[in-house]
Amino acid sequence: MIQTVAFYLFSVLVIASAVMVIMARNPVHSVLWLILAFFNAAGLMVLVGAEFIAMLLVIVYVGAVAVLFLFVVMMLDIDFAELRAGFVKNFPLGIAIALVLLAELVLGIGAYRAGMIELGVASVATAPVLSASNTASLGAVLYRDYLFLFEAAGLILLVAMIGAIVLTHRRRPEGARGHQDIGKQVRRDPEKATVMRQPEIGKGIDL
Amino acid sequence: MIGIEHYIVVSAILFVLGVLGIFLNRKNIIVILMAIELILLAVNINLVAFSAFLGDLVGQVFAMFVLTVAAGEAAIGLAILVIYFRGRGTIAVDDVDRLRG
Repeated sequence: MIQTVAFYLFSVLVIASAVMVIMARNPVHSVLWLILAFFNAAGLMVLVGAEFIAMLLVIVYVGAVAVLFLFVVMMLDIDFAELRAGFVKNFPLGIAIALVLLAELVLGIGAYRAGMIELGVASVATAPVLSASNTASLGAVLYRDYLFLFEAAGLILLVAMIGAIVLTHRRRPEGARGHQDIGKQVRRDPEKATVMRQPEIGKGIDL
Repeated sequence: MIGIEHYIVVSAILFVLGVLGIFLNRKNIIVILMAIELILLAVNINLVAFSAFLGDLVGQVFAMFVLTVAAGEAAIGLAILVIYFRGRGTIAVDDVDRLRG
């Protein structure tokens, strides 16, 4: 009973906040609604017993991606009213395409319910271990069967990180404020950078 | 009891809302990126729901990889957005014609 109530609460909230994400006038509000949508999606995942993915969703999406969006939206000085110009014009076409897509998806679910679609057979090897928590059994599958994919995922993140740094890094001309000479920084040693003084009491020192 | 159909319907609605968001905010690339995040979230809900109801953990492993790619995509997309804004002073999608496409 409580499960049903929680499911409907989470799903209504996730859909309502998704609507607000695409309808909100101010992109800052869109990001905040997106955060609400992620929290409720995490709740939906907890309900089916996938705690690890749910917590990952909260940490990665709310903690990193949504904050990144928030930073970018607030840092750029953009006239958002101008960007909304085509909103009303695009509305009928967008709604029509969305309705067609939704009808197709619901048709697919109807076909599944009618028993016309056979689902794949679950593999016994990757079934969740009843005595272990979701995180433990997920970790066992991940590190046993998907180790190389896991490392490839790490590589993707590394490339994304380097890419983001390289793209946004601004090289300043020599002499300008903020100019960085990496060779000079590496060559710097303690002898040249620091001085030892023996201050007399009450006199202070000249810097 | 909540069946898997309920979860599929929620994720289908979420997916359609993401697509609708791309259509409605055609000029604003930030909201387009957020709509793409919604689409990926719908996919993740689907994967996790099937994984839980079929009793096979591979779906959840796959959802993790989708999450990874989504994070990388958001980081790179926003980085491109920032440098584009620096050079042009606007992010309207219609004005993006530097590559003469």
